[in-house]
Amino acid sequence: MKSTVDVPVRARPGPSQGAGETSLRIVRRPRYGRWTADAVLALLVLGLVWSAVDNPNFQWAVVFKYLTNANILSGLLVTIELTVIPMALGITLGVGLSLLMLSGDPWLRGFAAAYIWLFRGTPLLVQLIFWFNISALYPEISLGIPGGPTLFSFSGNAITPFMAAVIGLTLHEAAYMAEIVRGGVLSVGHGQSEAAMALGMRRLQAFGRITLPQALRAILPATGNQVILMLKTTSLVSVIALPELLYSAQIIYARTFEIIPLLVVATCWYLFMCSLLSIGQYFLERRVGRGTRKSEGLL
Amino acid sequence: MRQPMVLAERVTKSFGGLQVLKGIDLEVGKGEVACLIGPSGSGKSTFLRCINHLETIDSGWLSVDGELVGYRREGDTLVELGGREAAARRAHIGMVFQHFNLFAHMTAARNVMEGPLAVKRMPRAAARDLAMRLLASVGLADKADAFPSQLSGGQQQRVAIARAMAMEPKLLLFDEPTSALDPELVSEVLEVMKSLARGGMTMVVVTHEMTFARDVADQIVFMDQGAVVERGTPAEVLAAPREARTREFLASVG
Repeated sequence: MKSTVDVPVRARPGPSQGAGETSLRIVRRPRYGRWTADAVLALLVLGLVWSAVDNPNFQWAVVFKYLTNANILSGLLVTIELTVIPMALGITLGVGLSLLMLSGDPWLRGFAAAYIWLFRGTPLLVQLIFWFNISALYPEISLGIPGGPTLFSFSGNAITPFMAAVIGLTLHEAAYMAEIVRGGVLSVGHGQSEAAMALGMRRLQAFGRITLPQALRAILPATGNQVILMLKTTSLVSVIALPELLYSAQIIYARTFEIIPLLVVATCWYLFMCSLLSIGQYFLERRVGRGTRKSEGLL
Repeated sequence: MRQPMVLAERVTKSFGGLQVLKGIDLEVGKGEVACLIGPSGSGKSTFLRCINHLETIDSGWLSVDGELVGYRREGDTLVELGGREAAARRAHIGMVFQHFNLFAHMTAARNVMEGPLAVKRMPRAAARDLAMRLLASVGLADKADAFPSQLSGGQQQRVAIARAMAMEPKLLLFDEPTSALDPELVSEVLEVMKSLARGGMTMVVVTHEMTFARDVADQIVFMDQGAVVERGTPAEVLAAPREARTREFLASVG
């Protein structure tokens, strides 16, 4: 097989006998290596798919039975909530922390650095269990002026597993988002904010109108990864007995012993949600990428 | 006596232990064009950035149109202005940068509109009209919807000039506006600057374009190592320099 392209060649005076030709056929070189690799890969994939379809241990009938089970769906809903809420709060907190990191004041910078050090340096699993058991450490949580009036207070026992999960995921996520936002802001040249200030904008205005929108180009892909990571990380909260997607599946297979099919059910939903998020990410990136030349691909 | 547009007296500035401005004096009248020339590292760009308070000065006096730049006088002390007041004073001083610094995520027209929209709270339609008029005046009416990455360096710099003009500045500062341009694009930017000068705009220009300086400047200031070496009309400084260092520099730039 040979693919051909007709390319008109402008007649130009030259030393070769080709002068005067108006159209030469270009024959692409054969790519034997690629075709072999394609064939090998196709065989591998075919084998894998067949091994799954053909293997009765997968119990596909069970998978389809539980795919839309009410408990699984309510678990999916909790997973979505645990992705959206901590992500939104984490981004907000992370932007704030990144501003502290970029501030000229060494104390503010130090605070933000310490926060990131603490929440990025300890396992999320430990943090989740910690927040779940916070009542052992602080039986009562209150906000007030030391030695002055108390603004509000509540019992440490009032922290539900859902709240513990939201707090744990949010604080952890904020540490990562702070670094992502900071990197994005630093990727925008200093000249941009300077030009904005020269027009008479105030510092915060220049940040919001000029620097941040351009920083988004660097921030968004990384944030997209964080959302997808968060979706899967929510499965960790099964350790504090919160029935999200994975724990809902676990509850069922603890009763029926259909472990593999129920894990496949959970996997299908995780993959489906990730695919949706990836599509959203693609369109969002295209929107903030305005003003940059379309890249041709590096490889 | 007429109020000068720019008045600088004994302005000093250090970065760390290095003194980059060692007492600069400058007086630029309304409608005048002053060109700052000198070798790189002479402090001319730093001084220009002090004029609109992108850099703070360590000592001395610097005022634009009778108003102190970045400070408020209280008796014998100068109090640094808050962000809002400093920004408000800066809004009357336009600046054109060596590397254009157009907002990369906005079209040419949006770049020109941004100042009036953000700072003057001008209605969108009025800002758009203003932008189209200014783009036409720099010969880029047809590029209104192009992004900076789709424009040549010369076109970007002309948009940057239109952007600065959109704030109706009293004073325009140019920081080596043609140094980052391909040689064949320099003249289109200089033409725009010349027509601004003819229109009576007060300008302080840091430049290496000696022909432009000779044709347009009312005053030429030659700086070296953070100090003014020689100043005067183009005829004095460029044609008959008194100082040896000025002659050396002029010989080196041809």
